[in-house]
Amino acid sequence: MSLWEYANPVKFLGLSERVMPWLWGFAAACLGVGLIWGFFFTPDDFRQGSTVKIIYLHVPAAFMAIQAWFMMLVVSLIWIIRRHHVSALAAKAAAPVGVVMTLIALVTGAIWGQPMWGTWWAWDPRLTSFLILFLFYLGYIALWEAIEDPDTAADLTSILCLVGTVFAVLSRYAVNFWNQGLHQGASLSLDKEENVADVFYIPLLVCMAGFVLLFLALVFYRTGTEIRVRRTRALIAREGRGAAAQVEGA
Amino acid sequence: MRALFLRDLVLALRAGGGFGLGLAFFLIVVVLVPFSVGPSSELLGRIAPGVLWLGALLACLLSLDRLLAVDWEDGALDLLATSPLPLEGVIAVKAAAHWVTTGLPLVLAAPVLGVLLNLAPQGYGVLVLSLALGTPALSMIGAFGAALTVGIKRGGLLMSLLVLPLYVPTLIFGAEAARRAAEGQDPATPLLFLAGITAGVLACMPFAAGAVLRVNLR
Repeated sequence: MSLWEYANPVKFLGLSERVMPWLWGFAAACLGVGLIWGFFFTPDDFRQGSTVKIIYLHVPAAFMAIQAWFMMLVVSLIWIIRRHHVSALAAKAAAPVGVVMTLIALVTGAIWGQPMWGTWWAWDPRLTSFLILFLFYLGYIALWEAIEDPDTAADLTSILCLVGTVFAVLSRYAVNFWNQGLHQGASLSLDKEENVADVFYIPLLVCMAGFVLLFLALVFYRTGTEIRVRRTRALIAREGRGAAAQVEGA
Repeated sequence: MRALFLRDLVLALRAGGGFGLGLAFFLIVVVLVPFSVGPSSELLGRIAPGVLWLGALLACLLSLDRLLAVDWEDGALDLLATSPLPLEGVIAVKAAAHWVTTGLPLVLAAPVLGVLLNLAPQGYGVLVLSLALGTPALSMIGAFGAALTVGIKRGGLLMSLLVLPLYVPTLIFGAEAARRAAEGQDPATPLLFLAGITAGVLACMPFAAGAVLRVNLR
């Protein structure tokens, strides 16, 4: 019994069918509880008023946008090293989810920034590096779409993911150098005194758990779809060849 | 290796449209900028380092799809793949030839175009230096992008989408160095960062590009 067993598509589908109802259920529960708690049962902030509540969407989405890329990096490495098709398909499945998370973070940030900073957008390091991350996601997805042969596409995109990671990190620190920030510092960290106040902190954690579970459920679901698409293609190809052989025989 | 370098140089020089086109594009971009933002010399002087860097970057991008596509179509790339020279070396040599035919002319032309944009006198040396340090990285990253998209028909637009985000760190440090020099500040820090990025890219990128090219030639 090892983790690598689930590199077998049949085993993987079996696992995902068993796990997915729980993931969906817990994701719905966490998001429901976290968002309703956050939106309706936490006090308004002393200075920010009710706009502070957008944190329950903004922070988890931003967190997941980065984690999704990191997950793509890990499964790309697994694909390059061990050539398990499921991992390549998982990377493909995670990218659109990641890009939506990035977009949610950018849009909710803009909606919050308008009343708070008085501007929808500022060329702040954090905002800029998220925009760059968004572009990396777009390029990655476009490359998947552009190449027909699935194995070639998996190889090229996984190398792009590795190179992109290096440059994304590089850009993250380069933009720090380039402009001073308007964005506040980290709102969550394990080792710092200055976190969000407890009233906001606990529902925020629930929301983040909900986003993580939702992401996992979506990735499982989309990976399963990709596996089935590939199987269907193989079946069609086989049927087509069989039909052609019959025609030749007659 | 030297033979391949010379071959690429000669091809770029003699086959029409490659060499000089990037330079002409650079000139056009710089000429269009005053039309779009107005002729105020104070404003032009302030944005000149950024415009020159952006123009050089776009001109570099423009000539990238010729880097591998022509050799891919006529099968020369397959021959190169079977030659004793490793593909990493092929890519590095091709990027070097691309830099000599595209990057170097841009570096040399930048001060002339700086005059058109009313660049501050103290900025010229650092502008040339930053371009000379940065454009090799642009060529090498571009070679990676070209290797990624070489198998795709009409991959030019896709290549821009893939390559331009990778250009961000180089552009930031290069333009920052040129801007600081033009405003009379010390440009040493961004210049060092720029040189570091270029050195890293030149050292590592040929391997990524070679791996990608090997996949595409399978």
